[in-house]
Amino acid sequence: MQVDVKVNGAPESHDVEPRTLLVHYLRDHCGLTGTNVGCDSSSCGACTVHLDGEAVKSCTIFAVQVDGRSVTTIEGMAAADGTMHPMQEAFHTNHGLQCGYCTPGMVMAATSLLEEIPDATEAQVREGLEGNLCRCTGYHNIVKSVLACAKGSEK
Amino acid sequence: MTIVGTKVLRKEDPRFLTEGATYTADLADPRLEGALHVTYVRSTVASGRIESIAVDGALAMPGVVAVITAADLPEGLQLLAGAVPLFPPDILNRPVLAGGRVRFVGEPVAAVVTEQAYQGEDAAEAVYVDIEPLPAVVDLEAAARDEVIIHEDVGTNMALDFSTLGMATGFSDDSFFEGCEVVISQRVVHQRMSSAPLEVRSAATVWDGDRVVMWMSTQAAHSARDSIAAAYGLDVESVHLIAPDVGGGFGSKINMYPEEILLPHLAEITGRPIRWFETRTENMLAMGYGRAQVHYATIGGDRSGNVTHYRVDVLADSGAYARIGGFLSMFTLPMVSGTYDIPHIETRARSFVTNTVPSEAFRGAGRPEATLSIERCMDLFAAEVGLDPVEVRRRNLIQPDTFPVTTAVGTVYDSGDYEASLDMALQAAGIDELRAERRCRREAGDPVAMGIGVSVYVEVTAGPAPGGNEFAKVEVTDEGRARVYSGSFSHGQSHATTFAMIAAEQLGMSIDDIEVIQGDTDLVAQGTGTFGSRSTQLGGSAVFEAAGSVVGKAREVAADLLEAAADDVVLDTDSGLFHVVGSPAVSKGWSDVAAAAEAGSLVADHDFNADCSYPFGTHVAVVDVDTETGGVTLRRMITCDDAGTIINPIIVEGQRHGGIAQGVAQALLEEVAYDEDGNPVTSNFADYAVISMAELPSFELVSMQTPTPNNPLGAKGVGESGAIGCTPAVQSAVIDALSPLGVTHIDVPMTPQKIWTAIAEANE
Repeated sequence: MQVDVKVNGAPESHDVEPRTLLVHYLRDHCGLTGTNVGCDSSSCGACTVHLDGEAVKSCTIFAVQVDGRSVTTIEGMAAADGTMHPMQEAFHTNHGLQCGYCTPGMVMAATSLLEEIPDATEAQVREGLEGNLCRCTGYHNIVKSVLACAKGSEK
Repeated sequence: MTIVGTKVLRKEDPRFLTEGATYTADLADPRLEGALHVTYVRSTVASGRIESIAVDGALAMPGVVAVITAADLPEGLQLLAGAVPLFPPDILNRPVLAGGRVRFVGEPVAAVVTEQAYQGEDAAEAVYVDIEPLPAVVDLEAAARDEVIIHEDVGTNMALDFSTLGMATGFSDDSFFEGCEVVISQRVVHQRMSSAPLEVRSAATVWDGDRVVMWMSTQAAHSARDSIAAAYGLDVESVHLIAPDVGGGFGSKINMYPEEILLPHLAEITGRPIRWFETRTENMLAMGYGRAQVHYATIGGDRSGNVTHYRVDVLADSGAYARIGGFLSMFTLPMVSGTYDIPHIETRARSFVTNTVPSEAFRGAGRPEATLSIERCMDLFAAEVGLDPVEVRRRNLIQPDTFPVTTAVGTVYDSGDYEASLDMALQAAGIDELRAERRCRREAGDPVAMGIGVSVYVEVTAGPAPGGNEFAKVEVTDEGRARVYSGSFSHGQSHATTFAMIAAEQLGMSIDDIEVIQGDTDLVAQGTGTFGSRSTQLGGSAVFEAAGSVVGKAREVAADLLEAAADDVVLDTDSGLFHVVGSPAVSKGWSDVAAAAEAGSLVADHDFNADCSYPFGTHVAVVDVDTETGGVTLRRMITCDDAGTIINPIIVEGQRHGGIAQGVAQALLEEVAYDEDGNPVTSNFADYAVISMAELPSFELVSMQTPTPNNPLGAKGVGESGAIGCTPAVQSAVIDALSPLGVTHIDVPMTPQKIWTAIAEANE
């Protein structure tokens, strides 16, 4: 099936198996391997991307379901001149990543969470990102990174 | 200015954050163009005999290139080489593909090679494996009774008795505890845990003439290279093993698995590159688990709180075959007495095969078990003699002026001040206020019971004893920059930053001018890898020594340029300039020295050897337990961890955080479970409750640094401390909360159901 998606602002069009998941469309057909597969069952959130601006787990959505829509991945977060998105910068500054595998999904989910709750508290961050698993950081510095970007936090 | 000990942000981050790291499944290497995919057909029963395997249906399906079973494999690929040379008997070695017997659900039986990955999923379903089921034994203690034998040729399920290796003392008779006023026994369970790295197992391979090139998600590239060379009858130079970025390991990716060792064969017979990556469910079915021990522990002493006797009987679950997990009691046994001066100790340890996944290492690997049992016993002993558990610990701690100290089991602890860590952790916790709150709430009959748990731990890193080694090479380029080649390997531990800092300190360069190369056996001459909290103390020390040697060579070149004797020339590491002692006005930089040096001469390597080191600390957990539902809220986790000299505090804290979370997970949530027939019931991330951020608080860390004399950095290992100290603290806190109800013990993981049941039973 032909599936047309705007990915990180650029049009993509690929002929794919009907069963192709969005994450495989992005990785295998668009060559965007920043989005990772962690659990195949929407438990871990490593595959989180933005679909029309909202976080979705791309391992549990078919590519055909996003035909004609707009997707942003981790590769589309930094500015054109390479300046990192504030959330990426916060993860760097606060050591919010170790092996890096959960990181793209975590950054995408966190930015989406703060779109929804700009002044999120620690409890709201922990509740809101419960569906994004990390095995390295114990979440401490991830929470710190997200809170550093929340409105009202001391910069 | 010194860089070591300062907070330096990671060099790894920008790439990881903007485009994502390059894991094995992400590789776009042209040598993998046109790669075929492999899907494994796995046993669906825990124990049985394969009657037949029908592959014709699968071979006829779209995109199927080959279907391989054990009968198709050459002699060298029949058995997976033993992970532990000492581990007898050979007959427990696992087959690469099961041909006759299957011994756990998930055991690979056939490999399906297809053009596309999705075609493999379909074709694997069409391979018909007829298995005659046989009785299975899943429970460790049931296996020890030998009622059902898993390896008929061996005749017993016992894989190993550590007494025969001189690693355990063995037991005398019951007179051992004679003279003790108080003797308490407790069975302590250490459940089976999944490392659950977010990146599953993955590998890719291609033959380049007579040479194997293999990419693999591993913690130890060089030993993976050696395993492949041995299996294929090649010399090690004929294998090029590349570990790209690796998405976590936690012990599970130290040794080769059948699914990996088989890939070069599949590439050979198809004449094509091969890619393999598993699903999460396959990972939960077939990647080695950790822990899986049961201890019978007995503690004895006097009524004034002095512990004098301790005996522990270790039963370890090896899984269906003999892999590293069945051998990890070798790390448990030397640490059984923990931080305490206990004069009389007896140990026994045996591992047994069961119809479960062969066990591997998991963060802590044998030491969490030692710590959990002794800490549990200290609490029980304190309760029996009517003293505060903190006070009993204080009375029995090894004193700081006795180091290096040899314990009753012969372990030599290098350095420490256990009581200082206890004091610092308690102070940070505000123990008096916590106790006051607990008292108030108990008096008020709060149905949400508050508990406080304290554990004082010591563990062994860079083990097993007596110690370990790691390789590094440092070279200064013609431009005056540096490259560090390390046999150690980061899969999250931040070597690119830490090792650059260590080299920078020696060379007087910016870390931006230092590149760290790791995980490639063609580029790094030798290596051991990253596990057992060894990287900084061994790999980092190797970098330190090699960089120091390069400075020595550079001084001679600088001396020529400065027309002075080499002995009179110093490197000012603040400025990175060489000058004659006392005459800093005339100086030469690294670019001058590199330009003047003979090409390729500013290089040195070092194979660093050192004894084990013994990090320690104190963890304090504060919990609220809902006595009506059994639900636990971990309110606070305060830890004082001393891992010697800290190179980069931000990275060390990150390692501590990760360990703590896994320790909490073991205490409260995670357990790999099988039903009585050996069917896995936790084969995805929903059923295996990987701990999330919603179940955790932010952690409160107290820093303490007691250098080890064992290496020039003074550094001990830190990656596993959290997982070792934390579980007993949380277990202690939950039991403390319920102690007024008469609860004296609950095994980990302390799920709401177990807690609720314990309360109900105490009420009866």
